[in-house]
Amino acid sequence: MAGAMMRPCGDFRTSYRADTTIFADAFSRNSVIAGVGLLILSPWVLDAYWMNLFIQIGYLGIAALGLNILVGFTGQISIGHAVFFGFGAFASPFINEQTGIPVLLCIPLAGLMTAAVGLLFGVPAARIKGLYLAIATLAAQFILEDFFARASWFTGGVAGAMTNPISIAGYDLYEDWQFFYIVLGFVVIMYLAAANMMRTRDGRAFIAVRDHYLSAEIMGVNLTKYRVMSFGVSSFYAGVGGALYAHYLGFVSIEAFNILFSIQFLGMIIIGGLGSVMGSLMGTAFMVFLPEAMDALARMVEGGWLDRALNLQSSINNLREMAIGAAIILFLIFEPDGLAHRWRQIKAYWKLYPFSY
Amino acid sequence: MRYSAITNQNRKLSVAGLKPANRGETMVDVDGASADRADGDALLEARDVSLAFGGVRALSQVSFQVKRGELFSIIGPNGAGKTSMVNCISGRYSPTEGRIRFKGRDITRLRPSARAELGLGRTFQNLALFGHMSVLDNIMVGRHNILKNNFVTGPLYWLGGAQKEELEHRREIEEIIDFLEIQHVRRAVAGTLPYGLRKRVELARAVALKPDLMLLDEPMAGMNLEEKEDMARFVIDLNEEWGMTVIMIEHDMGVVMDISHRVMVLDFGKKIAEGQPEEVMAHPRVRRAYLGEEDDDDLASGEEEAA
Repeated sequence: MAGAMMRPCGDFRTSYRADTTIFADAFSRNSVIAGVGLLILSPWVLDAYWMNLFIQIGYLGIAALGLNILVGFTGQISIGHAVFFGFGAFASPFINEQTGIPVLLCIPLAGLMTAAVGLLFGVPAARIKGLYLAIATLAAQFILEDFFARASWFTGGVAGAMTNPISIAGYDLYEDWQFFYIVLGFVVIMYLAAANMMRTRDGRAFIAVRDHYLSAEIMGVNLTKYRVMSFGVSSFYAGVGGALYAHYLGFVSIEAFNILFSIQFLGMIIIGGLGSVMGSLMGTAFMVFLPEAMDALARMVEGGWLDRALNLQSSINNLREMAIGAAIILFLIFEPDGLAHRWRQIKAYWKLYPFSY
Repeated sequence: MRYSAITNQNRKLSVAGLKPANRGETMVDVDGASADRADGDALLEARDVSLAFGGVRALSQVSFQVKRGELFSIIGPNGAGKTSMVNCISGRYSPTEGRIRFKGRDITRLRPSARAELGLGRTFQNLALFGHMSVLDNIMVGRHNILKNNFVTGPLYWLGGAQKEELEHRREIEEIIDFLEIQHVRRAVAGTLPYGLRKRVELARAVALKPDLMLLDEPMAGMNLEEKEDMARFVIDLNEEWGMTVIMIEHDMGVVMDISHRVMVLDFGKKIAEGQPEEVMAHPRVRRAYLGEEDDDDLASGEEEAA
């Protein structure tokens, strides 16, 4: 994003096109392209366990980006993001069952349907903000959760909804590595779209509403429209993420989308960096890898000298939960601007490396 | 105190319109009714605008016209209602009574964003930049209503022509940046800039709206002499070269006298004078508003000494 960027000596921009790129310089653009390239190759090297984690990061990351557009870019708090994720997860198989539209098309359609619901629950944002809006979104959380339980025509009720796998040209994609490519495609498209949005008119309007809504209005930004629209865009992302989740697992339970899940989404974007597109993905990766890392750590400690010395036994699992909480708290204290900020500093450090004074 | 009775009598005389003869014809004394009101090419017209916050009357029955191409200043002591007036025009407040017409259209109840679309731009007294955006993005926000791309074509960027449009406008924005001499900070985050530059960026953002009427709320407050001179030059250029009609609130009398075409004086929410700068300055009620009642006799003797 924009900022007082440091460029290597001699890197001059001679056209406005070159000056408005998503990435600050060719190196960071190439690194991201190389990263995507490595991910494309990764199924040959990594097993299903890693594929599973990557897929999780993918669909959660898309939903987290949606929440970041709402919270980080437009400055409106929402503590009901998980239900929009859930709505997408039910909408996609529902559309698929009812109309027979191929699953791959149902996913964006579920996004649009969720966006419509998001717009509806975003209407209070036209009038209220801050903590009061947070409570209004909490209402969305409970209303939709209740809706999932009651509307068995839509969700399958307590039994939950069974979903069809994605199929391309009559060939069903059951394997994790196959689904991984689908998710990767969605992630790339959705993240590019968000990055583009933030360098064009409506993205700037979102940020303007966040930074100074009074002067945004004087500049011609229709506050009501953009505040509500932000909910719509955010829910679209949540819906697409949720739909991918549904078709990956093959089964959606109505109990999955509780407030804890909503808070987790907030955790992802706060750790990743509010108001940063790439930060959303970093935060999601962090939140997905942290429990796994803690698990591995717990297994390592188990039966070791530390375990014997402290007599941990079964409480080692509690220790894991506590460690996750501690990691998040430490993060907020030492890295309040999120992983995206840390990443920028690391880049700046290497750019100046031999002369970093 | 002895003299105050006499000066009071003088005031009554002037209130009744019996003023010394050296007042110009363009001078409109409020109490002397509207002599040359309602001529055709008024870009903005405020008619009997009143604004009350509970029991506090911020503005009472203020009427004035600004003609196309004018550089119009609003002055007055602190708390006189200058900013309230500008807020009524730009739509931050909506007046409790009275109408405001812009380009012949009644805009009294229009939302601020729609007024921007009509061609009303403004800057704020207290800085109101988008602190986390770059200077370039700040100025581009000013283009909001002129740009056509939206939440569908924007994310598609390369496909829907959004890139072409953005780059075209970027070129025009650079002209504004050149004009206001902020090239060196165009990539800086607005919130990190020093005060004088922020004021300029704010002006640039308002210029990007391509407004027909620019409202400047204390564009020179808190600036040093050099910055003030620059800003005054920018305001004149906006008016003369860019063809914008300007309404300016300013406390620096030197600047107001030098660059305004006409001046309106507010005091306690009431209009007390309007006219050419030097005439307004000489107006006894204006002097009283600025210098206070008790100093009238000192003022009178001071004038004698000067004469």
